[in-house]
Amino acid sequence: MSSQQATTIGILGAGRAGTALARQAVKAGYQVRIATTAPAAENALLVDIVTPGAVAVESSQAAASDLVVLAIPLHKYRTLNQSDLAGRIVIDAMNYWAPVDGVFDDFESDSRTTSEVVEEFLRDARVVKSLNHIGYHELEEDDQPAGTATRRALALAGDDARAKALVANFIDRLGYDAVDAGPLAAGRSFQPATEIFTGSHTANQLVALIQKVRPLVDAA
Amino acid sequence: MHMENTLEIGAYSFGDTQRGPDGSSRSTAEAIKNLFDAIVHADRVGLDYFGVGEHHTVSMPASSPGALIAAAAAATTQITLGSAASIISTDDPVRVFQQFATADAISGGGRIEITAGRGSSVETFPLFGFDLNDYDELYAQKLDLLLTLNNTTTEHVTWSGRTRPPIPDLAVVPRPINGSLPIWIATGGSAPSSARAGRLGLPISYGIIGGQPHRFAPLANLYRQSAAQAGHTGDNIKVSVATFGLVAPTKKEAVERMYPGWVNLNVEMGRLRGWPVPQRSSYLAQVDAPSAYFVGDPDDVAERIVALHGHLGHMRHFLQGDHGGLPQEHLLESLTLLATEVKPRVDRLLAAK
Repeated sequence: MSSQQATTIGILGAGRAGTALARQAVKAGYQVRIATTAPAAENALLVDIVTPGAVAVESSQAAASDLVVLAIPLHKYRTLNQSDLAGRIVIDAMNYWAPVDGVFDDFESDSRTTSEVVEEFLRDARVVKSLNHIGYHELEEDDQPAGTATRRALALAGDDARAKALVANFIDRLGYDAVDAGPLAAGRSFQPATEIFTGSHTANQLVALIQKVRPLVDAA
Repeated sequence: MHMENTLEIGAYSFGDTQRGPDGSSRSTAEAIKNLFDAIVHADRVGLDYFGVGEHHTVSMPASSPGALIAAAAAATTQITLGSAASIISTDDPVRVFQQFATADAISGGGRIEITAGRGSSVETFPLFGFDLNDYDELYAQKLDLLLTLNNTTTEHVTWSGRTRPPIPDLAVVPRPINGSLPIWIATGGSAPSSARAGRLGLPISYGIIGGQPHRFAPLANLYRQSAAQAGHTGDNIKVSVATFGLVAPTKKEAVERMYPGWVNLNVEMGRLRGWPVPQRSSYLAQVDAPSAYFVGDPDDVAERIVALHGHLGHMRHFLQGDHGGLPQEHLLESLTLLATEVKPRVDRLLAAK
Protein backbone atom coordinates (compact mmCIF):
# COMPACT_ATOMS: atom_id res chain seq x y z
CA MET A 1 0.00 0.00 0.00
CA SER A 2 1.11 3.56 -0.52
CA SER A 3 1.66 5.56 2.63
CA GLN A 4 -1.50 7.63 2.24
CA GLN A 5 -4.04 5.29 0.76
CA ALA A 6 -5.37 1.84 1.30
CA THR A 7 -5.86 -0.35 -1.76
CA THR A 8 -7.30 -3.48 -0.17
CA ILE A 9 -10.34 -3.58 2.10
CA GLY A 10 -11.20 -6.67 4.12
CA ILE A 11 -14.73 -6.92 5.41
CA LEU A 12 -15.64 -9.36 8.15
CA GLY A 13 -19.36 -10.00 7.93
CA ALA A 14 -21.70 -10.39 4.95
CA GLY A 15 -24.89 -9.09 6.51
CA ARG A 16 -26.67 -5.96 5.37
CA ALA A 17 -23.98 -3.59 6.63
CA GLY A 18 -21.05 -5.63 5.34
CA THR A 19 -22.47 -6.14 1.85
CA ALA A 20 -23.56 -2.50 1.47
CA LEU A 21 -20.09 -1.37 2.46
CA ALA A 22 -18.52 -3.88 0.10
CA ARG A 23 -20.50 -2.55 -2.87
CA GLN A 24 -19.67 1.03 -2.00
CA ALA A 25 -15.97 0.19 -1.63
CA VAL A 26 -15.93 -1.66 -4.97
CA LYS A 27 -17.55 1.39 -6.53
CA ALA A 28 -14.79 3.54 -5.05
CA GLY A 29 -12.19 1.36 -6.76
CA TYR A 30 -10.90 -0.73 -3.89
CA GLN A 31 -10.01 -4.40 -3.97
CA VAL A 32 -12.61 -5.79 -1.59
CA ARG A 33 -12.42 -9.12 0.21
CA ILE A 34 -15.31 -10.50 2.23
CA ALA A 35 -15.22 -13.23 4.84
CA THR A 36 -17.58 -14.72 7.38
CA THR A 37 -17.25 -17.62 9.78
CA ALA A 38 -18.26 -19.87 6.85
CA PRO A 39 -15.59 -21.16 4.42
CA ALA A 40 -14.87 -18.87 1.46
CA ALA A 41 -16.31 -21.39 -1.00
CA GLU A 42 -19.65 -21.21 0.74
CA ASN A 43 -19.72 -17.41 0.28
CA ALA A 44 -18.58 -17.37 -3.37
CA LEU A 45 -22.06 -17.30 -4.89
CA LEU A 46 -23.24 -14.72 -2.35
CA VAL A 47 -20.34 -12.41 -3.13
CA ASP A 48 -20.69 -12.85 -6.91
CA ILE A 49 -24.36 -11.91 -6.85
CA VAL A 50 -24.74 -9.47 -3.99
CA THR A 51 -21.38 -7.67 -4.04
CA PRO A 52 -20.06 -8.14 -7.59
CA GLY A 53 -16.44 -7.14 -7.92
CA ALA A 54 -15.54 -8.25 -4.41
CA VAL A 55 -13.96 -11.60 -3.63
CA ALA A 56 -14.96 -14.22 -1.06
CA VAL A 57 -11.95 -15.20 1.04
CA GLU A 58 -11.14 -16.90 4.31
CA SER A 59 -11.24 -14.59 7.31
CA SER A 60 -7.46 -14.73 7.74
CA GLN A 61 -7.11 -13.41 4.17
CA ALA A 62 -9.62 -10.65 4.77
CA ALA A 63 -7.67 -9.69 7.85
CA ALA A 64 -4.51 -9.30 5.74
CA SER A 65 -5.89 -6.16 4.08
CA ASP A 66 -4.83 -2.54 4.37
CA LEU A 67 -8.05 -1.78 6.21
CA VAL A 68 -10.24 -4.36 7.93
CA VAL A 69 -13.87 -3.53 8.68
CA LEU A 70 -15.70 -5.31 11.48
CA ALA A 71 -19.29 -5.73 10.30
CA ILE A 72 -20.48 -8.60 12.47
CA PRO A 73 -23.00 -8.39 15.31
CA LEU A 74 -21.09 -6.76 18.15
CA HIS A 75 -21.86 -9.49 20.68
CA LYS A 76 -19.86 -11.91 18.53
CA TYR A 77 -16.65 -9.85 18.82
CA ARG A 78 -14.97 -12.60 20.81
CA THR A 79 -15.08 -14.80 17.70
CA LEU A 80 -12.61 -12.42 16.00
CA ASN A 81 -9.13 -13.85 15.55
CA GLN A 82 -6.67 -11.85 17.63
CA SER A 83 -3.52 -13.01 15.87
CA ASP A 84 -4.97 -12.45 12.37
CA LEU A 85 -5.77 -8.86 13.33
CA ALA A 86 -2.55 -8.11 15.21
CA GLY A 87 -1.00 -4.91 13.87
CA ARG A 88 -3.93 -4.32 11.52
CA ILE A 89 -5.92 -1.15 11.07
CA VAL A 90 -9.41 -2.17 12.04
CA ILE A 91 -12.54 -0.10 11.49
CA ASP A 92 -15.12 -0.95 14.14
CA ALA A 93 -18.50 -0.39 12.49
CA MET A 94 -20.39 -2.34 15.19
CA ASN A 95 -22.83 -1.02 17.77
CA TYR A 96 -24.25 -2.07 21.09
CA TRP A 97 -27.98 -1.54 20.81
CA ALA A 98 -29.65 -3.41 23.64
CA PRO A 99 -33.26 -2.58 22.65
CA VAL A 100 -32.67 -4.29 19.30
CA ASP A 101 -29.96 -6.87 19.90
CA GLY A 102 -30.50 -7.64 23.55
CA VAL A 103 -28.58 -7.06 26.77
CA PHE A 104 -25.02 -8.34 26.98
CA ASP A 105 -22.99 -8.19 30.18
CA ASP A 106 -19.71 -7.40 28.40
CA PHE A 107 -21.03 -3.94 27.59
CA GLU A 108 -23.52 -3.34 30.40
CA SER A 109 -20.89 -3.83 33.07
CA ASP A 110 -18.23 -1.74 31.32
CA SER A 111 -18.40 2.04 31.25
CA ARG A 112 -16.04 2.32 28.29
CA THR A 113 -17.20 2.63 24.71
CA THR A 114 -17.74 -0.64 22.91
CA SER A 115 -14.83 0.10 20.58
CA GLU A 116 -12.47 0.32 23.56
CA VAL A 117 -13.72 -3.06 24.73
CA VAL A 118 -13.13 -4.46 21.24
CA GLU A 119 -9.67 -2.89 21.02
CA GLU A 120 -8.68 -4.39 24.34
CA PHE A 121 -9.85 -7.80 23.18
CA LEU A 122 -7.93 -7.49 19.89
CA ARG A 123 -4.83 -6.43 21.86
CA ASP A 124 -2.50 -5.42 19.02
CA ALA A 125 -4.91 -4.00 16.43
CA ARG A 126 -5.21 -0.29 15.77
CA VAL A 127 -8.93 0.27 16.09
CA VAL A 128 -10.72 3.22 14.52
CA LYS A 129 -14.41 3.60 15.28
CA SER A 130 -16.45 4.74 12.28
CA LEU A 131 -19.13 3.75 9.74
CA ASN A 132 -21.32 2.70 12.67
CA HIS A 133 -23.58 5.74 12.43
CA ILE A 134 -24.84 5.53 8.88
CA GLY A 135 -27.64 3.19 7.86
CA TYR A 136 -26.85 0.47 5.37
CA HIS A 137 -29.48 1.89 3.00
CA GLU A 138 -28.00 5.33 3.32
CA LEU A 139 -24.39 4.34 2.73
CA GLU A 140 -25.09 3.66 -0.94
CA GLU A 141 -27.52 6.55 -1.39
CA ASP A 142 -26.12 9.56 0.45
CA ASP A 143 -22.61 9.66 -1.08
CA GLN A 144 -21.58 12.84 -2.88
CA PRO A 145 -18.39 14.04 -4.56
CA ALA A 146 -15.81 15.85 -2.44
CA GLY A 147 -16.43 19.57 -2.31
CA THR A 148 -20.21 19.34 -2.49
CA ALA A 149 -21.60 21.83 0.03
CA THR A 150 -24.26 19.46 1.33
CA ARG A 151 -21.98 16.43 1.48
CA ARG A 152 -22.71 14.18 4.44
CA ALA A 153 -19.93 13.68 6.96
CA LEU A 154 -18.98 10.69 9.07
CA ALA A 155 -17.07 10.82 12.33
CA LEU A 156 -14.11 8.68 13.25
CA ALA A 157 -12.31 8.13 16.54
CA GLY A 158 -9.07 6.35 17.29
CA ASP A 159 -5.77 6.56 19.10
CA ASP A 160 -3.44 6.02 16.13
CA ALA A 161 -2.94 9.05 13.90
CA ARG A 162 -1.71 7.14 10.84
CA ALA A 163 -4.58 4.67 11.08
CA LYS A 164 -7.02 7.54 11.29
CA ALA A 165 -5.51 9.25 8.26
CA LEU A 166 -5.99 6.09 6.18
CA VAL A 167 -9.55 5.64 7.41
CA ALA A 168 -10.35 9.31 6.72
CA ASN A 169 -9.14 8.88 3.16
CA PHE A 170 -11.25 5.72 2.82
CA ILE A 171 -14.35 7.55 4.05
CA ASP A 172 -13.70 10.38 1.59
CA ARG A 173 -13.42 7.94 -1.31
CA LEU A 174 -16.68 6.27 -0.21
CA GLY A 175 -18.33 9.65 -0.77
CA TYR A 176 -18.35 11.29 2.64
CA ASP A 177 -16.42 13.96 4.52
CA ALA A 178 -14.46 12.52 7.43
CA VAL A 179 -14.43 14.34 10.77
CA ASP A 180 -11.92 13.36 13.44
CA ALA A 181 -13.75 13.21 16.77
CA GLY A 182 -10.57 12.54 18.75
CA PRO A 183 -9.22 9.49 20.59
CA LEU A 184 -11.05 6.16 20.53
CA ALA A 185 -12.93 7.06 23.72
CA ALA A 186 -14.43 10.05 21.90
CA GLY A 187 -16.43 7.57 19.86
CA ARG A 188 -18.94 7.93 22.69
CA SER A 189 -20.23 11.01 20.87
CA PHE A 190 -21.52 8.91 17.98
CA GLN A 191 -22.69 5.71 19.64
CA PRO A 192 -26.38 4.69 19.39
CA ALA A 193 -29.00 7.13 20.67
CA THR A 194 -26.73 10.16 20.22
CA GLU A 195 -27.70 13.05 17.96
CA ILE A 196 -24.88 12.16 15.60
CA PHE A 197 -25.91 8.51 15.45
CA THR A 198 -29.54 9.18 14.66
CA GLY A 199 -29.09 12.05 12.20
CA SER A 200 -27.37 13.07 9.00
CA HIS A 201 -24.89 15.93 9.14
CA THR A 202 -22.41 17.93 7.10
CA ALA A 203 -18.83 18.28 8.31
CA ASN A 204 -19.50 21.68 9.91
CA GLN A 205 -22.55 20.37 11.74
CA LEU A 206 -20.64 17.30 12.86
CA VAL A 207 -17.74 19.37 14.22
CA ALA A 208 -20.20 21.50 16.19
CA LEU A 209 -21.97 18.45 17.60
CA ILE A 210 -18.70 16.81 18.59
CA GLN A 211 -17.57 20.00 20.37
CA LYS A 212 -20.92 20.24 22.13
CA VAL A 213 -20.61 16.79 23.69
CA ARG A 214 -16.85 16.91 24.16
CA PRO A 215 -16.97 17.92 27.87
CA LEU A 216 -19.24 14.95 28.56
CA VAL A 217 -16.95 12.60 26.70
CA ASP A 218 -13.88 13.90 28.54
CA ALA A 219 -15.62 13.52 31.89
CA ALA A 220 -16.65 9.93 31.19
CA MET B 1 -34.74 -16.61 -13.78
CA HIS B 2 -38.07 -18.28 -13.21
CA MET B 3 -40.77 -15.67 -12.62
CA GLU B 4 -44.21 -16.44 -11.28
CA ASN B 5 -46.89 -15.02 -13.53
CA THR B 6 -49.56 -14.72 -10.88
CA LEU B 7 -49.41 -12.87 -7.64
CA GLU B 8 -51.30 -13.64 -4.48
CA ILE B 9 -52.36 -10.52 -2.61
CA GLY B 10 -52.59 -10.49 1.14
CA ALA B 11 -52.16 -8.73 4.44
CA TYR B 12 -50.41 -9.32 7.72
CA SER B 13 -50.63 -7.93 11.22
CA PHE B 14 -48.93 -8.06 14.60
CA GLY B 15 -52.17 -7.00 16.25
CA ASP B 16 -52.86 -3.31 16.72
CA THR B 17 -54.02 -2.05 20.09
CA GLN B 18 -56.39 0.89 19.73
CA ARG B 19 -55.80 4.13 21.62
CA GLY B 20 -58.11 6.30 23.65
CA PRO B 21 -58.53 10.03 22.95
CA ASP B 22 -55.75 10.76 25.47
CA GLY B 23 -53.38 8.38 23.69
CA SER B 24 -53.63 5.63 26.30
CA SER B 25 -53.86 2.02 25.17
CA ARG B 26 -57.21 0.30 24.99
CA SER B 27 -57.34 -3.40 25.74
CA THR B 28 -55.08 -5.93 24.08
CA ALA B 29 -57.99 -8.39 24.05
CA GLU B 30 -59.90 -5.97 21.83
CA ALA B 31 -56.89 -5.88 19.47
CA ILE B 32 -56.96 -9.67 19.13
CA LYS B 33 -60.70 -9.67 18.44
CA ASN B 34 -60.22 -6.91 15.86
CA LEU B 35 -57.52 -8.96 14.18
CA PHE B 36 -59.72 -12.05 14.14
CA ASP B 37 -62.57 -10.00 12.62
CA ALA B 38 -60.19 -8.59 10.02
CA ILE B 39 -59.08 -12.07 8.97
CA VAL B 40 -62.68 -13.25 8.61
CA HIS B 41 -63.45 -10.11 6.61
CA ALA B 42 -60.41 -10.68 4.38
CA ASP B 43 -61.65 -14.19 3.64
CA ARG B 44 -65.15 -12.97 2.73
CA VAL B 45 -63.91 -10.27 0.35
CA GLY B 46 -61.58 -12.73 -1.38
CA LEU B 47 -58.09 -11.87 -0.19
CA ASP B 48 -55.57 -14.65 -0.89
CA TYR B 49 -53.49 -14.62 2.28
CA PHE B 50 -53.42 -13.36 5.86
CA GLY B 51 -50.34 -13.60 8.06
CA VAL B 52 -50.23 -13.20 11.83
CA GLY B 53 -46.85 -12.08 13.13
CA GLU B 54 -45.75 -13.13 16.58
CA HIS B 55 -45.20 -10.02 18.69
CA HIS B 56 -45.14 -9.50 22.42
CA THR B 57 -45.78 -5.82 23.07
CA VAL B 58 -48.79 -3.92 24.40
CA SER B 59 -49.16 -2.04 21.12
CA MET B 60 -48.72 -5.22 19.02
CA PRO B 61 -50.14 -8.11 21.05
CA ALA B 62 -50.47 -10.98 18.53
CA SER B 63 -48.34 -13.23 20.72
CA SER B 64 -49.98 -16.52 19.72
CA PRO B 65 -50.39 -16.92 15.96
CA GLY B 66 -51.21 -20.63 16.29
CA ALA B 67 -54.23 -20.01 18.50
CA LEU B 68 -55.50 -17.13 16.40
CA ILE B 69 -55.01 -19.03 13.15
CA ALA B 70 -56.82 -22.09 14.50
CA ALA B 71 -59.78 -19.88 15.38
CA ALA B 72 -59.62 -18.18 11.99
CA ALA B 73 -59.37 -21.54 10.25
CA ALA B 74 -62.79 -22.42 11.64
CA ALA B 75 -64.35 -19.13 10.57
CA THR B 76 -62.95 -18.87 7.03
CA THR B 77 -63.33 -20.90 3.86
CA GLN B 78 -60.80 -19.94 1.21
CA ILE B 79 -58.00 -17.73 2.53
CA THR B 80 -54.50 -19.06 3.16
CA LEU B 81 -53.43 -18.44 6.76
CA GLY B 82 -49.93 -18.41 8.14
CA SER B 83 -47.64 -17.01 10.75
CA ALA B 84 -45.64 -14.01 9.63
CA ALA B 85 -43.60 -15.02 11.39
CA SER B 86 -43.37 -17.55 14.23
CA ILE B 87 -40.32 -16.82 16.37
CA ILE B 88 -39.12 -20.38 16.52
CA SER B 89 -35.82 -19.59 18.28
CA THR B 90 -37.69 -19.22 21.55
CA ASP B 91 -40.64 -21.51 20.97
CA ASP B 92 -40.99 -25.27 21.06
CA PRO B 93 -41.01 -26.51 17.45
CA VAL B 94 -43.08 -29.53 18.47
CA ARG B 95 -45.81 -27.26 19.81
CA VAL B 96 -45.61 -24.88 16.85
CA PHE B 97 -45.97 -27.78 14.46
CA GLN B 98 -48.84 -29.33 16.42
CA GLN B 99 -50.73 -26.04 16.67
CA PHE B 100 -50.50 -25.38 12.94
CA ALA B 101 -51.29 -28.99 12.07
CA THR B 102 -54.35 -28.66 14.30
CA ALA B 103 -55.39 -25.48 12.47
CA ASP B 104 -54.80 -27.35 9.21
CA ALA B 105 -57.19 -30.12 10.33
CA ILE B 106 -59.81 -27.54 11.22
CA SER B 107 -59.32 -25.62 7.95
CA GLY B 108 -60.06 -28.65 5.81
CA GLY B 109 -56.44 -28.86 4.70
CA GLY B 110 -54.08 -26.96 2.47
CA ARG B 111 -54.68 -23.45 3.81
CA ILE B 112 -52.26 -23.34 6.74
CA GLU B 113 -48.58 -22.36 6.57
CA ILE B 114 -45.75 -21.72 9.00
CA THR B 115 -43.21 -18.99 8.47
CA ALA B 116 -40.17 -19.44 10.68
CA GLY B 117 -38.28 -16.35 11.76
CA ARG B 118 -35.94 -15.00 14.35
CA GLY B 119 -38.03 -11.94 15.16
CA SER B 120 -36.93 -8.37 14.62
CA SER B 121 -36.41 -7.78 18.32
CA VAL B 122 -35.33 -9.96 21.16
CA GLU B 123 -38.09 -9.64 23.75
CA THR B 124 -38.96 -13.33 23.52
CA PHE B 125 -35.57 -14.34 24.97
CA PRO B 126 -36.17 -13.05 28.51
CA LEU B 127 -39.89 -13.84 28.23
CA PHE B 128 -39.35 -17.53 27.57
CA GLY B 129 -36.13 -17.86 29.53
CA PHE B 130 -33.57 -18.22 26.75
CA ASP B 131 -30.02 -16.89 26.55
CA LEU B 132 -29.26 -14.44 23.76
CA ASN B 133 -25.78 -15.90 23.47
CA ASP B 134 -27.48 -18.98 22.01
CA TYR B 135 -29.33 -16.93 19.36
CA ASP B 136 -27.87 -18.63 16.27
CA GLU B 137 -27.70 -22.12 17.74
CA LEU B 138 -31.30 -22.03 18.93
CA TYR B 139 -32.57 -20.87 15.56
CA ALA B 140 -30.63 -23.48 13.59
CA GLN B 141 -31.52 -26.35 15.91
CA LYS B 142 -35.18 -25.49 16.22
CA LEU B 143 -35.57 -24.98 12.51
CA ASP B 144 -33.97 -28.37 11.94
CA LEU B 145 -36.42 -30.01 14.36
CA LEU B 146 -39.40 -28.22 12.81
CA LEU B 147 -38.37 -29.40 9.34
CA THR B 148 -37.86 -32.94 10.60
CA LEU B 149 -41.35 -32.98 12.11
CA ASN B 150 -42.81 -31.64 8.89
CA ASN B 151 -40.92 -33.99 6.58
CA THR B 152 -41.62 -37.11 8.60
CA THR B 153 -44.25 -39.17 6.82
CA THR B 154 -45.34 -41.19 9.82
CA GLU B 155 -46.86 -40.14 13.11
CA HIS B 156 -43.69 -41.13 14.98
CA VAL B 157 -40.67 -38.89 14.96
CA THR B 158 -37.03 -39.45 15.84
CA TRP B 159 -34.70 -36.49 16.25
CA SER B 160 -31.65 -35.54 18.24
CA GLY B 161 -29.79 -32.27 18.55
CA ARG B 162 -27.97 -30.02 20.95
CA THR B 163 -30.60 -27.76 22.50
CA ARG B 164 -32.98 -30.32 23.98
CA PRO B 165 -33.14 -34.02 24.82
CA PRO B 166 -33.62 -36.37 21.86
CA ILE B 167 -37.02 -37.43 20.57
CA PRO B 168 -36.91 -41.25 20.34
CA ASP B 169 -39.67 -42.41 18.02
CA LEU B 170 -42.42 -40.43 19.75
CA ALA B 171 -45.85 -39.63 18.34
CA VAL B 172 -46.26 -36.05 17.12
CA VAL B 173 -49.86 -35.57 16.10
CA PRO B 174 -51.95 -34.60 14.25
CA ARG B 175 -50.33 -34.97 10.84
CA PRO B 176 -51.24 -32.29 8.27
CA ILE B 177 -54.00 -33.34 5.88
CA ASN B 178 -51.72 -33.05 2.83
CA GLY B 179 -48.83 -34.76 4.61
CA SER B 180 -46.87 -31.63 5.39
CA LEU B 181 -47.29 -27.89 5.81
CA PRO B 182 -45.60 -25.23 3.71
CA ILE B 183 -42.74 -23.88 5.85
CA TRP B 184 -41.24 -20.54 4.85
CA ILE B 185 -38.12 -18.77 6.03
CA ALA B 186 -38.62 -15.11 6.99
CA THR B 187 -35.75 -12.68 6.61
CA GLY B 188 -35.25 -8.94 6.71
CA GLY B 189 -32.86 -9.30 3.82
CA SER B 190 -29.45 -10.47 4.92
CA ALA B 191 -27.53 -12.21 2.14
CA PRO B 192 -26.46 -15.22 4.22
CA SER B 193 -30.12 -15.85 5.18
CA SER B 194 -31.12 -15.82 1.51
CA ALA B 195 -28.37 -18.26 0.61
CA ARG B 196 -29.27 -20.53 3.55
CA ALA B 197 -32.97 -20.65 2.63
CA GLY B 198 -31.99 -21.56 -0.92
CA ARG B 199 -29.66 -24.31 0.21
CA LEU B 200 -32.44 -25.68 2.43
CA GLY B 201 -34.83 -25.61 -0.51
CA LEU B 202 -37.42 -23.64 1.46
CA PRO B 203 -39.57 -20.75 0.22
CA ILE B 204 -38.38 -17.34 1.42
CA SER B 205 -40.39 -14.40 2.73
CA TYR B 206 -38.75 -10.96 2.68
CA GLY B 207 -39.92 -8.36 5.16
CA ILE B 208 -39.06 -5.06 3.51
CA ILE B 209 -39.75 -2.19 5.90
CA GLY B 210 -37.57 0.58 4.52
CA GLY B 211 -35.25 1.66 1.74
CA GLN B 212 -36.04 0.73 -1.85
CA PRO B 213 -37.61 -2.72 -2.18
CA HIS B 214 -36.23 -3.34 -5.70
CA ARG B 215 -32.78 -3.45 -4.09
CA PHE B 216 -33.75 -6.90 -2.82
CA ALA B 217 -33.42 -8.22 -6.39
CA PRO B 218 -29.85 -9.54 -5.92
CA LEU B 219 -30.96 -11.29 -2.74
CA ALA B 220 -33.85 -13.03 -4.50
CA ASN B 221 -31.42 -13.98 -7.25
CA LEU B 222 -28.94 -15.31 -4.67
CA TYR B 223 -31.78 -17.29 -3.08
CA ARG B 224 -32.80 -18.89 -6.39
CA GLN B 225 -29.24 -19.64 -7.48
CA SER B 226 -28.37 -21.10 -4.07
CA ALA B 227 -31.40 -23.36 -4.36
CA ALA B 228 -30.44 -24.42 -7.89
CA GLN B 229 -26.84 -25.08 -6.85
CA ALA B 230 -28.09 -27.34 -4.05
CA GLY B 231 -30.33 -29.20 -6.49
CA HIS B 232 -33.63 -27.75 -5.29
CA THR B 233 -36.17 -27.00 -7.97
CA GLY B 234 -39.94 -26.93 -8.25
CA ASP B 235 -42.81 -25.28 -6.46
CA ASN B 236 -41.10 -24.87 -3.14
CA ILE B 237 -38.58 -22.37 -4.54
CA LYS B 238 -40.56 -19.17 -4.33
CA VAL B 239 -40.43 -15.67 -2.89
CA SER B 240 -43.00 -13.67 -0.98
CA VAL B 241 -42.76 -10.04 0.07
CA ALA B 242 -44.19 -8.30 3.12
CA THR B 243 -44.24 -4.50 3.18
CA PHE B 244 -45.95 -1.67 4.98
CA GLY B 245 -48.99 -0.46 3.12
CA LEU B 246 -52.57 0.67 3.21
CA VAL B 247 -55.13 1.12 0.47
CA ALA B 248 -57.88 3.77 0.45
CA PRO B 249 -60.14 5.16 -2.26
CA THR B 250 -57.63 7.94 -2.93
CA LYS B 251 -53.89 8.20 -2.43
CA LYS B 252 -54.37 11.25 -0.22
CA GLU B 253 -56.72 9.37 2.09
CA ALA B 254 -54.40 6.39 2.29
CA VAL B 255 -51.42 8.57 3.17
CA GLU B 256 -53.40 10.47 5.83
CA ARG B 257 -54.93 7.31 7.31
CA MET B 258 -51.64 5.53 7.89
CA TYR B 259 -49.75 8.58 9.16
CA PRO B 260 -51.06 8.87 12.77
CA GLY B 261 -50.30 5.22 13.48
CA TRP B 262 -46.88 5.58 11.87
CA VAL B 263 -46.14 8.48 14.21
CA ASN B 264 -47.32 6.49 17.24
CA LEU B 265 -45.24 3.51 16.22
CA ASN B 266 -42.12 5.57 15.65
CA VAL B 267 -42.54 7.60 18.84
CA GLU B 268 -42.81 4.35 20.78
CA MET B 269 -39.88 2.71 19.02
CA GLY B 270 -37.89 5.93 19.28
CA ARG B 271 -38.40 6.09 23.03
CA LEU B 272 -37.09 2.56 23.30
CA ARG B 273 -34.32 2.80 20.76
CA GLY B 274 -33.18 6.39 21.11
CA TRP B 275 -34.50 7.60 17.78
CA PRO B 276 -35.41 11.25 17.29
CA VAL B 277 -39.03 12.39 17.08
CA PRO B 278 -40.40 11.16 13.74
CA GLN B 279 -40.76 13.81 11.04
CA ARG B 280 -43.68 14.00 8.66
CA SER B 281 -41.18 14.59 5.88
CA SER B 282 -39.52 11.23 6.47
CA TYR B 283 -42.92 9.55 6.29
CA LEU B 284 -43.83 11.34 3.06
CA ALA B 285 -40.44 10.45 1.60
CA GLN B 286 -41.43 6.78 1.77
CA VAL B 287 -44.98 6.75 0.40
CA ASP B 288 -44.18 7.00 -3.32
CA ALA B 289 -42.44 4.64 -5.73
CA PRO B 290 -39.80 3.35 -5.53
CA SER B 291 -39.89 3.63 -1.73
CA ALA B 292 -41.04 1.09 0.79
CA TYR B 293 -44.54 2.08 1.89
CA PHE B 294 -47.25 0.74 -0.42
CA VAL B 295 -49.72 3.40 0.62
CA GLY B 296 -52.14 4.59 -2.01
CA ASP B 297 -55.22 4.12 -4.12
CA PRO B 298 -55.76 0.80 -5.90
CA ASP B 299 -54.06 1.95 -9.13
CA ASP B 300 -50.97 3.20 -7.34
CA VAL B 301 -50.55 0.14 -5.12
CA ALA B 302 -51.23 -2.32 -7.96
CA GLU B 303 -48.73 -0.61 -10.26
CA ARG B 304 -46.05 -0.63 -7.59
CA ILE B 305 -46.61 -4.29 -6.69
CA VAL B 306 -46.29 -5.24 -10.36
CA ALA B 307 -43.21 -3.04 -10.80
CA LEU B 308 -41.57 -4.77 -7.84
CA HIS B 309 -42.58 -8.13 -9.27
CA GLY B 310 -40.46 -7.26 -12.30
CA HIS B 311 -37.45 -7.16 -9.97
CA LEU B 312 -38.18 -9.94 -7.49
CA GLY B 313 -40.55 -12.32 -9.29
CA HIS B 314 -42.41 -12.86 -6.05
CA MET B 315 -45.59 -14.96 -5.97
CA ARG B 316 -47.23 -13.21 -3.00
CA HIS B 317 -47.25 -9.63 -1.77
CA PHE B 318 -48.84 -8.80 1.57
CA LEU B 319 -49.25 -5.53 3.39
CA GLN B 320 -49.35 -4.32 6.96
CA GLY B 321 -51.11 -1.04 7.59
CA ASP B 322 -52.49 -1.52 11.08
CA HIS B 323 -50.04 -0.19 13.58
CA GLY B 324 -50.12 2.57 16.17
CA GLY B 325 -53.91 2.40 16.46
CA LEU B 326 -55.26 2.40 12.90
CA PRO B 327 -59.06 2.64 13.10
CA GLN B 328 -60.50 -0.80 12.40
CA GLU B 329 -62.79 0.50 9.63
CA HIS B 330 -59.74 1.77 7.75
CA LEU B 331 -58.10 -1.64 8.00
CA LEU B 332 -61.25 -3.38 6.79
CA GLU B 333 -61.66 -0.99 3.87
CA SER B 334 -58.03 -1.51 2.89
CA LEU B 335 -58.53 -5.30 2.93
CA THR B 336 -61.65 -4.94 0.78
CA LEU B 337 -59.86 -2.73 -1.73
CA LEU B 338 -56.85 -5.05 -1.82
CA ALA B 339 -59.06 -8.00 -2.73
CA THR B 340 -61.58 -6.32 -5.00
CA GLU B 341 -59.63 -3.47 -6.63
CA VAL B 342 -55.88 -4.07 -6.30
CA LYS B 343 -55.87 -7.78 -7.10
CA PRO B 344 -57.76 -7.53 -10.42
CA ARG B 345 -55.50 -4.66 -11.48
CA VAL B 346 -52.42 -6.70 -10.60
CA ASP B 347 -53.78 -9.64 -12.62
CA ARG B 348 -54.45 -7.37 -15.59
CA LEU B 349 -51.05 -5.67 -15.46
CA LEU B 350 -49.25 -9.01 -15.19
CA ALA B 351 -51.24 -10.47 -18.08
CA ALA B 352 -50.30 -7.49 -20.24
CA LYS B 353 -46.58 -8.00 -19.63
